[in-house]
Amino acid sequence: MESVFAVEKLTTPLEEREDIVTVKGLNKWFGDLHVLKNVNLSVKQGEVVVVLGPSGSGKSTFIRTLNALEEFQDGKIIVDGINLTNDLRNIEEIRKETGMVFQSFNLFPHMTILKNISLAPIWVRKWKKQKAEQIALELLERVGIPEQANKYPGQLSGGQQQRVAIARALAMRPKIMLFDEPTSALDPEMVKEVLDVMKRLAESGMTMLVVTHEMGFARQVADRIVLFDHGEIIESGSPEQIFDNPQHERTKLFLAQIL
Amino acid sequence: MEEMKLEANKELNILKRSSSQIGSLQWLKKNLFSSWSNVLLTIISAVVTGYILFNTFQFIFTADWSVIAVNFRLLMIGQFPVAEIWRVWTILGVLTVLLGLSWGLWKGSMAHVAVSIGAIMLIMVAMPFIQMSTRLILGGNIVLLLLTFFIGTKLPKLKIPVIAVWLLYIPLTIFILNGFGVLAPVSSNIWGGFLLTLLIASVAIVISFPIGLLLALGRRSSLPVIKYFCVIYIEFIRGIPLITVLFIGQLMIPLFLGSGVEISNVLRAMIGMTLFSAAYLAENIRGGLQSLPRGQYEAAQALGLNKTYMMTFVILPQAIRAVIPACVGQFISIFKDTSLVAIVSLTDLLGMGQKLVANPEFLGKQMEVFVFVGFVYFIFCYLMSHVSRRLEVSLGAGHR
Ligand SMILES: Nc1ncnc2c1ncn2[C@@H]1O[C@H](COP(=O)(O)OP(=O)(O)OP(=O)(O)O)[C@@H](O)[C@H]1O
Ligand SMILES: [Mg+2]
Repeated sequence: MESVFAVEKLTTPLEEREDIVTVKGLNKWFGDLHVLKNVNLSVKQGEVVVVLGPSGSGKSTFIRTLNALEEFQDGKIIVDGINLTNDLRNIEEIRKETGMVFQSFNLFPHMTILKNISLAPIWVRKWKKQKAEQIALELLERVGIPEQANKYPGQLSGGQQQRVAIARALAMRPKIMLFDEPTSALDPEMVKEVLDVMKRLAESGMTMLVVTHEMGFARQVADRIVLFDHGEIIESGSPEQIFDNPQHERTKLFLAQIL
Repeated sequence: MEEMKLEANKELNILKRSSSQIGSLQWLKKNLFSSWSNVLLTIISAVVTGYILFNTFQFIFTADWSVIAVNFRLLMIGQFPVAEIWRVWTILGVLTVLLGLSWGLWKGSMAHVAVSIGAIMLIMVAMPFIQMSTRLILGGNIVLLLLTFFIGTKLPKLKIPVIAVWLLYIPLTIFILNGFGVLAPVSSNIWGGFLLTLLIASVAIVISFPIGLLLALGRRSSLPVIKYFCVIYIEFIRGIPLITVLFIGQLMIPLFLGSGVEISNVLRAMIGMTLFSAAYLAENIRGGLQSLPRGQYEAAQALGLNKTYMMTFVILPQAIRAVIPACVGQFISIFKDTSLVAIVSLTDLLGMGQKLVANPEFLGKQMEVFVFVGFVYFIFCYLMSHVSRRLEVSLGAGHR
């Protein structure tokens, strides 16, 4: 059965699945600042990984290196079998397979919602306009705002805009979705509508890497949680392990501050 | 800033309310004579305004406008042969048709352009000294404008052909005027008057825009050769006065092209104006590019759009929208700056004015001639800024 978001849902247990993202010995500097220190992480197909950590610990930088919005100096990143190098063609291939949702939505303000969503499918995937728009409308239906198709982003609420941003990323039929604090810029009453969409997306089998401060979401939806501090992964494990039985001192400190 | 606007709004509201509800006497009292200092200010400004108006009207009604009437054709089209004037009428006719159709097809800002041009023609028809034949042709053009407007509203299919003809309009105009062997040749050396002003300005405006765009993009390029070429070009041109560029153009362009190629004064002036204006437009457009948040670039990249698509669909449309007012300001100053070509011995509107004044037959008529010339510049500059304000409003409506 095709899932609502057209993701291929696997029934095999997580451990037996293939890695879709592999990061090995990743190091990155901003000038003298060593922001990512020997980061290793692999993500299975359909796995939901939530990235936690204090401000400035390098969470955003980390997920932005995965789709080459940031360069890295040392290490290896493989996404969907493609080795991330400086080659522009490789970079564009990886970006086709990874959708990204930003804290500040970043919709294109001069285009209607429908155009926002169908732009990349038409020009990057080379789909017919009609097909791309039909998919765009379906996705708007899925994220619960089909009636907004012909409005401009500025006419929508923050929560609606972020749902459009999710639909826009999904329209490319990506295999991996990256979220960088998708609810941090939202008014409290709009957080839930966005988290709900993300939850359904996770249930449908999408591979997701989510940076967030929403602990409820992390506990409920994550298959695995990784904790960043000072550019390192200091602890990683299931939500139960991390929340109920943290090993590392700094994990305990972080959780104490945030919960 | 915001407060000032509020303040102004409040005043405006007070003005509106008072004029409609309280009656004019009360309004006067409240706005002009509310305190002693206010009374004094009102009286002084009334006296100054009255003095200026009186002298202006006195000049307008006592001046001898026959110099304009007699030389109207010279001022408008220079020494273009009388037998070939039909060519000028033809290009005006094509312009009228294009304007009328565009007005019907797109409405909005096009309506303002078309109506303004129509109004100018109507004013000319009403001028006392215009020849009957000219009046008939202009009147015909007004009818044509309205007719093509209706056609435009009925036939939306015409959009693409109309755009195509717009793009071809300037080459077509130059072709018809010059002849290029198909029609009898009318050398560009005798083009003159307001026609020449319009030609130089339109060529400079239309061609400098894409060049400015490329320069702006080039200046942000990651390739050092391209980047520094653009930086040096822009800074060099912006560092020298237009008049110098025009002189250099007169002397250097023939040098660059070698002795084999003859290139007319008019063309040299057009090239000079274009290269000059491109540098300024480039800086305007760069400002627009810089005003976009980084998130717009990142969102486009994250979707897998390559650089060309990102620029074409996401970045440039927003950047250009943001700088339209600044660009129109630039266009207006190009239009006015064309008057400098008089110094490199072209007889544009101002150059023709100078020639007339130098003619002993029209001794002592400087005021009339230059007031008229200034008035023509004013009308067209005002029209451009009016349309740009409309454009801003209509572009702003869709988003934000
Ligand atoms: N473009 C940049 N140039 C220089 N330093 C940067 C840049 N972007 C981020 N940094 C620095 O890198 C470090 C990691 O930043 P990053 O944004 O990845 O943190 P984060 O974990 O996402 O924090 P937050 O929760 O506040 O979003 C910080 O010290 C930040 O100041
Ligand atoms: Mg961050």
